[in-house]
Amino acid sequence: MALYSEKVMDHFRNPRNVGVIEDANAIGEVGNAKCGDIMKMYLKIEDGIIEDVKFETFGCGSAIASSSMATEMIKGKPVEEAAQLSNKAVAEALDGLPDYKMHCSVLAEEAIKSALEDYNSKKS
Amino acid sequence: MIYADNAATTRMSDAAYEKMTSLMKDTYGNASSLYSFGQRSKEILEDAREDIANIINADRKEILFTSGGSEADNQAIRSAAVIGKRKGKMHIVSSAFEHHAVLHTLRALKKEGFEVTLVDVHEDGLIRPSEVEEAIRDDTCLVTIMYANNEIGTIQPIEEIGAICKKKDVLFHTDAVQAIGHIPVDVIKDNVDMLSASGHKFNGPKGVGFLYARKGVPLTSLIEGGAQEKGRRAGTENVPAIAAMALALQESVDKMEEANKTIVAKRNRIIEGFSEIEHSAINGDATKRLPGNVNFCFEGIEGESLLLLLDDKGIMASSGSACTSGSLDPSHVLLAIGRVHDVAHGSLRISIDETISDEDVEEIIKSVKEVVEYLRGFSPIWRDLVNGRKEFIL
Repeated sequence: MALYSEKVMDHFRNPRNVGVIEDANAIGEVGNAKCGDIMKMYLKIEDGIIEDVKFETFGCGSAIASSSMATEMIKGKPVEEAAQLSNKAVAEALDGLPDYKMHCSVLAEEAIKSALEDYNSKKS
Repeated sequence: MIYADNAATTRMSDAAYEKMTSLMKDTYGNASSLYSFGQRSKEILEDAREDIANIINADRKEILFTSGGSEADNQAIRSAAVIGKRKGKMHIVSSAFEHHAVLHTLRALKKEGFEVTLVDVHEDGLIRPSEVEEAIRDDTCLVTIMYANNEIGTIQPIEEIGAICKKKDVLFHTDAVQAIGHIPVDVIKDNVDMLSASGHKFNGPKGVGFLYARKGVPLTSLIEGGAQEKGRRAGTENVPAIAAMALALQESVDKMEEANKTIVAKRNRIIEGFSEIEHSAINGDATKRLPGNVNFCFEGIEGESLLLLLDDKGIMASSGSACTSGSLDPSHVLLAIGRVHDVAHGSLRISIDETISDEDVEEIIKSVKEVVEYLRGFSPIWRDLVNGRKEFIL
């Protein structure tokens, strides 16, 4: 009985969209080192569409996998749609997370929301 | 596959395995039965008791078999509490980095009115005997300090602490689960009144251990029901496991001196290799530690990711990160020696035995270097540290 699903392990071993966008126009960072998880999302938004997204994560396997999956789920999507992404959707897309790891998917949702807030505050 | 988690559990020795399985098959009589087939089991049980007693310089009557180290810790502390309460002494001295079998028993006793003083563990992972002495009060009924720490492997000045307890006439218990079979343990020389041990930490079977209690220290039974173990632990004795444990301990002690030369050399090579990783640090004193224990913190990464990627490379190890414990806090041991949370999350424990090859040692070093570098490559903390937005701790 493995700790994580195949999907989680796949996204952990081969994380999608890892790195930094130098000219990102939206950046969100959530979590803290004290708890052992930090997620940072970089978005490049053009005409209300998330053209590119990258992430950096300090954290456990499910934190890295959640970041990776979340970036895939919002890439190419309108900002309004990305804002609707829930942690449950991220966890489901990963074929589930252990109960005590659900907070990792919450961090992924919050990281995107934080980046979108950054975008909106810059816009206005 | 490279097994480097011997502090978690060890492989059973071939001889112990043979002993256990043959007894399970052929000598299944109940040691409490009066016919000769049962009495044969009783003989094996008592021989094992005698052998274990000889190894730690005790008398056979002073050895009580348990289900393992946790039960032995629970019973030792509970027994001392019962003795203390009777005399109106309800204070216990321990340390912050004990095993949870000790800390959680103390927490339970606090609810029953006991007071507990936890002495500091210094940055080097060692307890100062003078501070134990200062913590002892007139109403102290027990001092319980582990022999060697299970995470960082530091070996405590047990003999000195024992001498202080003797002088102050306070019972002294030590959780020797990580020490016994790996370094010399002598209950007389070490001045201990009670000592806990677990079979599977020295190539014996799981689910069996023992408690040494000096003559004159009455034990309180945690399990009621029968007259086994002189009424101090009910339940039909697991004779095959007990005999296998005694054999494994004898083997461990016999090979100890020779094996430790190899293990220490390999451990030191791993420490040397890990030290080449920038912004890393060893946890606990580099020499006053168990022969096979290496424990490091690597700044900017998290331990569970490290373990999972090492597992992909066929290396089995352990970490004190929060994510491996199922809580939000990292290892209480690393916090006790003063590591801050950020750094404590990035810890790795490698615990080796003498069977590890030089090639495996080099493979561990190479793999850890690669994985740490890879994880730092997309760690926002590491980026902040490198860019000077945050200060390095290590």
